[in-house]
Amino acid sequence: MALFVMKTFVNRHLYLIEFTLSSLLRFRGKNFSLLVVYTLVIFLLASVMLFSNALRHEASLVLAQSPEMIVQRMVAGRHDLLPADYLDKASGIRGVKQVSGRLWGYHYDPIIRANYTIMVDADRQLADGEIVIGAGIARVRGLQQGDYLGLHDHQARTMSFQVAGILDSDSELVSADLFLINASTYRAFFGLAQDVYTDMVLSVRNPREYTTIAEKIIQRLPDTRPILRDEILRTYDAIFAWRQGIVFVILMMAVLAFVIFAWDKASGLSAQERKEIGILKATGWETADVIRMKFWEGFLISVSAFILGYLFAYVHVFYADAALFEPVLKGWAILYPRFSPLPVIDALQIATLFFFSVFPYVLATIIPIWRVATTDPDAVMR
Amino acid sequence: MRRSQAVLVSLFLGVSMVLGSFMDAGMAYRHIESAVAEKVALVAALKLTDLALFTEARYTRHLSQADRHSAFQDHPLALEHFPSGSLVLPPGSLRKRNEL
Repeated sequence: MALFVMKTFVNRHLYLIEFTLSSLLRFRGKNFSLLVVYTLVIFLLASVMLFSNALRHEASLVLAQSPEMIVQRMVAGRHDLLPADYLDKASGIRGVKQVSGRLWGYHYDPIIRANYTIMVDADRQLADGEIVIGAGIARVRGLQQGDYLGLHDHQARTMSFQVAGILDSDSELVSADLFLINASTYRAFFGLAQDVYTDMVLSVRNPREYTTIAEKIIQRLPDTRPILRDEILRTYDAIFAWRQGIVFVILMMAVLAFVIFAWDKASGLSAQERKEIGILKATGWETADVIRMKFWEGFLISVSAFILGYLFAYVHVFYADAALFEPVLKGWAILYPRFSPLPVIDALQIATLFFFSVFPYVLATIIPIWRVATTDPDAVMR
Repeated sequence: MRRSQAVLVSLFLGVSMVLGSFMDAGMAYRHIESAVAEKVALVAALKLTDLALFTEARYTRHLSQADRHSAFQDHPLALEHFPSGSLVLPPGSLRKRNEL
């Protein structure tokens, strides 16, 4: 008995889908363009969601190893060089495990019109004039290991550097524009005295004391600004969070497009659609059947658009490295990292996208039909 | 096969592909795990603080290190003119102090 009821139910819906398909094909031009626009909206939304989630995940993973605390010196509201004796003062604070000075800065290369991040790498023990460069610089300047590169120092004299190594291109997201040299070359290039650093990094014995130690540093060195690792992570979390920043703007535009779309659908039916419903009712269709048929219409279009939009977005982000977003992120920058977004998908985010893109459309299709289908067929057809 | 059955089969295939994308991502992630570990090691060794996503201006290159005045670096009334400046939010450290 249950099997018979089930079979009847399935057959009934198969016939309804059959009829819906004929109805959709009758207006194939209109419905196809609807499907294309709908798919594009989902594609854009899903691409932004997948891309921003991948970047957010990567930033949180990679920057979790950034320094626990950075202390900058501020002069007249701007970041300034830090005297070496500040390192001693900071290391005297109870709870501070290690203090070291960092030397880093920027250099504008007029030949390729790009900014390099010049940084001292003490661990690599580079000789004077030797450099290790990011894969981005190597690509844009066409450099290989052993090549020479000339840059103007702070007195406009040409200083020659030999490329001792190129950083792995897999790490471009953090190293595309890095230009690593030793401390003496750095000081000579920028004309810095021996007793200054760009900033200092601190490691702390007990992670629960970060805030206390930051407060102590401000008391002992009032012209400084401590930046905690947690703040670095929050900075990147906020940029790629989908409720903030540019992601939110794109999201709003797409939602607005969708609202216009659904509104057009919900605000009324064409005379032809009314007539069709009238005929169906006059030929014995029940109101519930008409609504079921229209449910299938909305469901087939919206679910197809969701599946196509999502799959295109997946291929775009993870197989084409989000190529459509590159011009937006690149801005005026010449050095742009080549990277593949980490293949990480937030299932909840995709479920949210499904819910907000499919259900409103199905409802917007059913409601006006329900209004027409409950009226007298004779009145509808007139 | 009836048209309705063909459509339902296509939908089923589509849903399977959507679910398959999760598996595909998981497998792809396993392939690049070592590259991610190298990146993490580089960040730790060089004490890096930021992603090299926006290299056009110093306050977008090292976003977390930016100060309140870096966006107005030329003069106090200078308007933001780097495209990436409009994509990013002020660093977390500055926002936290505003909240206090």
